[in-house]
Amino acid sequence: MSPLQVHVDGIGLWSPQLADFAALRALLDGATVAPPAARPAAALLPSNERRRAPESVLLAIEVAGQAVAMSRHQAVSLVSIFASAHGDQTITDYMCSTLARQPDALSPTRFHNSVHNAPAGYWSIATGCHAASTSVCAQQASFGAALLEAVSQLLAAQAPVLLVCSDTGAGPPLCEVTGCSQSFGSALVLAPHAGPSSRARLNVQLRRGHTISELPEPLAGWRAGNASASALPLLTLLARGSGSCTVAANGRNDLQIDMESIA
Amino acid sequence: MPLPMTPLAITAYTASSALGCGLAAQLDGLRAAHSSLRPNDFSSAPLDCWIGRVDGVEACTLPTNLTAWTCRNNQLAWLGLQQDGFTDRVATARARYGADRIALLLGTSTASIGATEEAYRRLDPDGGFADDMLRPAIHAPHSLTAFAATALALEGPSLTVSTACSSSAKVFASAARMLQLGLIDAAVVGGVDSLCDSVLFGFNALELVSADRCRPFDAARDGISIGEAAGFALLERVEQAPRAPRLIGYGESSDAHHMSTPHPDGLGAELALHEALARAGVDASRVDYINLHGTASQKNDAVEAALVNRCFPASTRASSTKGFTGHTLGAAGIVEAAIVLLAIEHGLIPGNLGSECADPDCGPSFAWRNERQPVSVALSNSFGFGGNNACLAFARGEVAA
Repeated sequence: MSPLQVHVDGIGLWSPQLADFAALRALLDGATVAPPAARPAAALLPSNERRRAPESVLLAIEVAGQAVAMSRHQAVSLVSIFASAHGDQTITDYMCSTLARQPDALSPTRFHNSVHNAPAGYWSIATGCHAASTSVCAQQASFGAALLEAVSQLLAAQAPVLLVCSDTGAGPPLCEVTGCSQSFGSALVLAPHAGPSSRARLNVQLRRGHTISELPEPLAGWRAGNASASALPLLTLLARGSGSCTVAANGRNDLQIDMESIA
Repeated sequence: MPLPMTPLAITAYTASSALGCGLAAQLDGLRAAHSSLRPNDFSSAPLDCWIGRVDGVEACTLPTNLTAWTCRNNQLAWLGLQQDGFTDRVATARARYGADRIALLLGTSTASIGATEEAYRRLDPDGGFADDMLRPAIHAPHSLTAFAATALALEGPSLTVSTACSSSAKVFASAARMLQLGLIDAAVVGGVDSLCDSVLFGFNALELVSADRCRPFDAARDGISIGEAAGFALLERVEQAPRAPRLIGYGESSDAHHMSTPHPDGLGAELALHEALARAGVDASRVDYINLHGTASQKNDAVEAALVNRCFPASTRASSTKGFTGHTLGAAGIVEAAIVLLAIEHGLIPGNLGSECADPDCGPSFAWRNERQPVSVALSNSFGFGGNNACLAFARGEVAA
């Protein structure tokens, strides 16, 4: 299979340590980076929605908003792919505890926020976007599998897409089985052709194997504590300007990504 | 609007619902106009409603090498995979193309959350999961697809789509794109959702569950009946099987309106419909049958009836089959795709079971009882929370000379 070529027009990132992609660059350059506020700002959400939305939604909207702003594409026209390995674990914990204790006390709002596509729903409402939107997962390979889906959507439609991959942390007992203890989210706006905002060209190839790129600390530890942080090898490449990396696409295959800088 | 797509052959398919396991059980239930709904005998605490429960799920034992995956959702998936020779058809495709050239794309709304609920019902005294529940793979929404990849020995792209009740319709669109790009040579698509407290008490909290059998498009409809189901289909290029029924179009859209109620004018639903028709290269008048989302919720059915009235002539027949199976949530897309394929294969328009007194807003397209007529082109609508809409278009394959 020949490589699939796409362009990166926008990048969003948020973790408890990093407010955005610029902060990742600074961190990789050895600078001391001030952490962001405890909750992602998610400024694109109307204020009443921002108060009501669960943290998983705030995180996804925050990174999506950053990536779209950097890309200078119109959010209203972007097809979107939202990935998360575990969805909103705080809500899962609430629902399972409530169902075990007093099932008829379940909150209707928290139930409708429990769907895996809650971030996609809030995003489409906030941006007035009627384009197709999907919400996906693939355990530890959620980022790579969603990237492949995003590339496939982009090439099939020859139109830009928004890819978001984010997970929020959980406490016990859930984190014992999810292994997801801290938040991490990132987003990319990908386009079929180079445009004025394009920063990098990616050649993406699905190949057999399981060689996942190494990461420097503290990034390696973040990846161990959050499946969505498996985007970090690519985010690191984007911060450094060029090179190659691999991310898991599923249990058996990797995505080999070769990057050239455009800017 | 998108350009027409290259149609794809559906070389094998299967469905299991409360009507029974396998296609023959679905067809028999449809022909007999038999509702499979029963009073709720599932939830961990009493809840006055009707459910579509698949018999035999608890008794289904996974093979020894797969026992770590045991939970209701994966047992139902396994039961579903054993029907209609489906696993054999996948094995044939695997031998032809190679395991890494076949994608596995499955939809589910809640996957095996039922297992996580169970773990919380019997936590250890220290507050942790009991030893037998310390199985990370079943406490993740990818549980179904990861299990099915192992069970079917597939090694190609593997993805779970979880967009609530449109999930297992959207997997057809993902498969079509991957085939179009040459990323794969075939795809197993489908979906499984199983009964669990989360959905029973969750939809109940939203006041969307009827205390009676659901009555789609009835003037007095008052909510859904939740069901469970498993279904799968194998998609290949048409040259492989010119006579097999075909996927000829798909449409996807977002309402951008509300998390749990549809757009009042059906804006998103209509966008998905027109996209599906454009990809299929047919206009609405050529559609013989539409399997509607028709959940029996007040708003969904009002919006969807208006959509049918304004977009289709009376010759296009329309019905919801939720009265047969219940609303199988993330599995609804694949179960209703299978019903549409049965309609094409057998010339059967399933009647809109459950409605005694038709909503006067339903136009002449509605098939209130079973009808017999050839079906060449048919659609299936699937709409989910978050305003996520999908519409699939299917057609008869090449007719034998």
